[in-house]
Amino acid sequence: MDNLILYSSIVLSLLMAIPLYRTVMGPTVLDRFMGVNSIGTQTTVLLIMIGFLYKRVDMFIDIALAYALLNFISVLAASRYFHKSKGLTEDMESQDS
Amino acid sequence: MIVYISGILIAGGLFFFLVGSIGMIRLPDFYSRLQAAGIIDTMGLLLSMSGLAILALNEFTLGNFLSALKIIFIVVFVFLTGPTATHAIVDAGIRAGLKPWQKK
Amino acid sequence: MKTKQRIITFCITFSILFLFWVIFSGKFDLFHLSLGIFSCLLVSWVTSDFLIVTSDISRFIRLFMGFTLYIPWLIWQIVLSTIHMIPIIFSPDIHNKINPKIIKIKSKMRDNVGLVTFANSITLTPGTITVVLNTYGDMAVHAIDDECANSLPGDMGKKVEALFRD
Repeated sequence: MDNLILYSSIVLSLLMAIPLYRTVMGPTVLDRFMGVNSIGTQTTVLLIMIGFLYKRVDMFIDIALAYALLNFISVLAASRYFHKSKGLTEDMESQDS
Repeated sequence: MIVYISGILIAGGLFFFLVGSIGMIRLPDFYSRLQAAGIIDTMGLLLSMSGLAILALNEFTLGNFLSALKIIFIVVFVFLTGPTATHAIVDAGIRAGLKPWQKK
Repeated sequence: MKTKQRIITFCITFSILFLFWVIFSGKFDLFHLSLGIFSCLLVSWVTSDFLIVTSDISRFIRLFMGFTLYIPWLIWQIVLSTIHMIPIIFSPDIHNKINPKIIKIKSKMRDNVGLVTFANSITLTPGTITVVLNTYGDMAVHAIDDECANSLPGDMGKKVEALFRD
């Protein structure tokens, strides 16, 4: 059982590199928000797996719940903050001309 | 027995995480990529969390039952808040004038 | 009559909050339970008007029963449309396989909670995202290909309208 959780969490950590590529290289700011949101969802699962590895599931579940809350609030606040601001569109130059 | 069932469910969840991540890389524009990110938020989270909840019930006590119930509550919470976050991002894109990709 | 209504909503809010307290706390001795009763009384005194907005209790119970039947059907729809998305994502010429467009649909519902439930269900299903929603029932939906676009509003709209029918 420990090996199952250990290898699953290693695979999950490797899978988190693909949204990280979208977060770093994304053409628009909104692509980066989307990548951060996906990484946060996967981190919620990873936190519970870490709880199984340390045999403290009851404690890590609360941390995962708080992390899911923070993930939601941060994406909501960031997308409200960039509301109507410049720099969101891919082809700024072609739109200005 | 329970370990095998939860192993299959966790593997299915990881597979849907892979599908959503590859979709986020390959699809051509921002709105289509959000559809792929939706797979991560719904199917991947649902399958892997139910696998972990079954694994928490491996030896049945009251504390383990409450742990499994809390894992299910995380899924319910993300199912309630995920569409709201998605709609906030899409709304910011529409108001900024980001055009959807059209087939030529 | 008004005060009786307030007392009923207060009691329902208090019992829901206290149930969640017991589940999330996990401790059953007298000290933690009394802490929970005190804080739940305080919170439900402030927020008893927010959580239960409907005026009659029988409609609330009917909505609760309807949701317990609706959510498994919604999860089944999520599974079906995810299976529909897999060959699109792994296909070699992905640009010919998809046909993204924004379609407009109209719902006959006027209930705000029903409209939000419908829009959230559309967004939860992979392949469709609600872009715009207003209180008159006009929606704009971004669909990734023709099959997802043709499946709206469809069964889901009928089910949510039946759920929120007065």
